[in-house]
Amino acid sequence: MINITIRYYAQLRDERGCAEETLACASGTAAGLYDDLQREHGFSLDRQNLKVAIDDEFCDWSMELREGHRVVFIPPVAGGT
Amino acid sequence: MFTLTETPIDAAAAVKTLQDPAAGAAVTFEGWVRNHNESRNVTRLDYEAYPEMAIQEGTRILEESCERFDILNAICIHRTGSLAIGDMAVWVGVASVHRGPAFEACEFIIDTIKTRVPIWKKETYADGNSDWIACHACGAAVADSR
Repeated sequence: MINITIRYYAQLRDERGCAEETLACASGTAAGLYDDLQREHGFSLDRQNLKVAIDDEFCDWSMELREGHRVVFIPPVAGGT
Repeated sequence: MFTLTETPIDAAAAVKTLQDPAAGAAVTFEGWVRNHNESRNVTRLDYEAYPEMAIQEGTRILEESCERFDILNAICIHRTGSLAIGDMAVWVGVASVHRGPAFEACEFIIDTIKTRVPIWKKETYADGNSDWIACHACGAAVADSR
């Protein structure tokens, strides 16, 4: 098991009901983590509509999670015209 | 320099920081909170940033603008927190020797910030409902963003 921190913003924070949590989870990819969390919490945003950052850098969903990583799922940003 | 602030943006002070003896032009852009969006009456906007990445991505965009356009300096200030109608949400300023590149760079900066910098806004409507906009019906915005 590895310990990771997850931060939530915007709609995901509202749906999760918290801004940050630390989880002990099996190692795997960022994609697998989101899919598990989406199943658990019923997030309305699908993964293809999000980006993911680990330790404050955008990364691929295939990135392997390691001990101490901070993972942030990034909903579409504000836009506007 | 890209900064986030929880307090009102002082545009007059910001434009002074652009000053350069070699500059012949300064172009600035102000984004304001308007009272409607897609035919709904908006009463308030809340901006939320992922601060570490917002500053990092915002700074990269300003650096890219200096590489792409013949400009002397570029600055952006973005508000976070709860804003009222008429408040300034974002300020962009660009200084250049001649005006053309400053206009182009200013447009590039604001367009790129809106697609790449992790700052979200929640609209609150006159009927009491609220929405994270761009969160509910997305896809295209993300596909284009990087």
